[in-house]
Amino acid sequence: MMSEETTQDVSKQDVAKEAPKAARQLMRFRGRSYVAYVLAPQVPIVEWLDEVDATLAKSPGFFTAKPIMLDLAATSLSTSAIRHLITSLGERSIRVLGLEGVDQAALSPDLPPLLSGGRDCALMPVTTKPQPVVEEKPKVNSSGSLLLESPVRSGQSVVFADGDITILGSVGSGAEIVAGGSIHIYGALRGRAMAGVNGNANARIFCNKIEAELLAIDGFYQTAEDIDFSLRGRPAQAWLEGNAMKITALS
Amino acid sequence: MAKVLVVTSGKGGVGKTTSTAALGAALAQQGARVCVVDFDVGLRNLDLVMGAERRVVFDLINVVQGVAKLQQALIRDKRLENLWLLPASQTRDKDALTAEGVGRVIADLRTKFDWVICDSPAGIERGATLAMRFADEAVIVTNPEVSSVRDSDRIIGMLDAKTVKAEKGEQVKKHILITRFDSNRAARGEMLSIDDILEILATPLLGIIPESQEVLKASNVGAPVTLNNVLSAPARAYIDAAKRLSGETIEMMIPTERKPILQRLFGRRAA
Repeated sequence: MMSEETTQDVSKQDVAKEAPKAARQLMRFRGRSYVAYVLAPQVPIVEWLDEVDATLAKSPGFFTAKPIMLDLAATSLSTSAIRHLITSLGERSIRVLGLEGVDQAALSPDLPPLLSGGRDCALMPVTTKPQPVVEEKPKVNSSGSLLLESPVRSGQSVVFADGDITILGSVGSGAEIVAGGSIHIYGALRGRAMAGVNGNANARIFCNKIEAELLAIDGFYQTAEDIDFSLRGRPAQAWLEGNAMKITALS
Repeated sequence: MAKVLVVTSGKGGVGKTTSTAALGAALAQQGARVCVVDFDVGLRNLDLVMGAERRVVFDLINVVQGVAKLQQALIRDKRLENLWLLPASQTRDKDALTAEGVGRVIADLRTKFDWVICDSPAGIERGATLAMRFADEAVIVTNPEVSSVRDSDRIIGMLDAKTVKAEKGEQVKKHILITRFDSNRAARGEMLSIDDILEILATPLLGIIPESQEVLKASNVGAPVTLNNVLSAPARAYIDAAKRLSGETIEMMIPTERKPILQRLFGRRAA
């Protein structure tokens, strides 16, 4: 009863090109593809709606916030029947974005637009990115933190999602430290440090000498460009204050 | 006890081959039996720098694949009788090397020499990883500039992870050799300073080789710089580095060119 298709808006124009005056607001069109869900109603419509109701009874949020298309190829509904079907779906909080498989003549301007050129696509389950291999031998102690006694070299990636990472040496340019908790570096931080990766906004990054390429806490980040130049080479810490990352010198 | 030493860097053009030849010749001059092995299969250079390019018959690949015996492939240096070269193949590529084959050749070389010095190709791929795989010690050749230092850092990480020693839980002994060092430019801040490099790499220093025309001169005549002009600044720096490799304690200094007395007197006016 359901299949997935891509709706495509192929009109691509740059109206702005002809804009003569600098003061005029520029307007642009862009083509963009989105994935939409396609419902293919079957006759008799009443029974098909019962089917939809059964699905909604099992999972009430099934259609919430999903772009829905109607493929009417298997039916031969009149304009008023189509209008009635869309109203019925609207009562079930299913908003129809567009129609397919129906003659343009059967449509009136108050109905959703007719779309064509959709292509089937498989909906991928959301997969998490494969985690980089931890090259260092992890020494996880009872408190759930990772202690590294040697420097982390360029190209190495240390990932510890379960807590803090403490590094006694330096973190080289091009190395990467990823922690679920805070990151403590007793040497220089020249690579990238990402703390609080599992959504821990309270995580912090401490280092004895900040020359970092990138600092990130809970998804908020600053690159070397953004980091105040006067801090470079000094002991520093980074933390989140609301949606802003703060970096200050220690001591 | 034979020692296997890899000369590596990650980055190309920093002086691995020059350093391999110079250190090999210096160690041989000090009386050790030395074999320098070219791992840069497909882009071999060590034979040229050693001046043996016209005597290559068999090569490392032939020995690894069992086509030739080790004895047939080894080339004895014409200047030093205890210095040997195992050349690379120019017609093959690094995929022809296998870990087992290289391991066999290195084990064989260990029985015949005091020092086996492996000249690694640039990069971090098969050729470079196999060159370092069986090493006991490593010389990381670094130029005083950021890209070279970062690549060296990467290589040090690999030496600590991907060598037989590392896999046994031991450590490859690592040395930093800074080449193409120009004191004047470093003083003007145009180059990374020695302290900066050592701080970043956190590895002991083996020597500082000054930038010098002598290196190019020596390589053009097919001689290690330590044999071509023993008194030149880079030669003296390499000889000191070789002594440190064999365990001697030598004060660290950057040799400068000794100018002839007349030039020293009139140098200023001439300029």
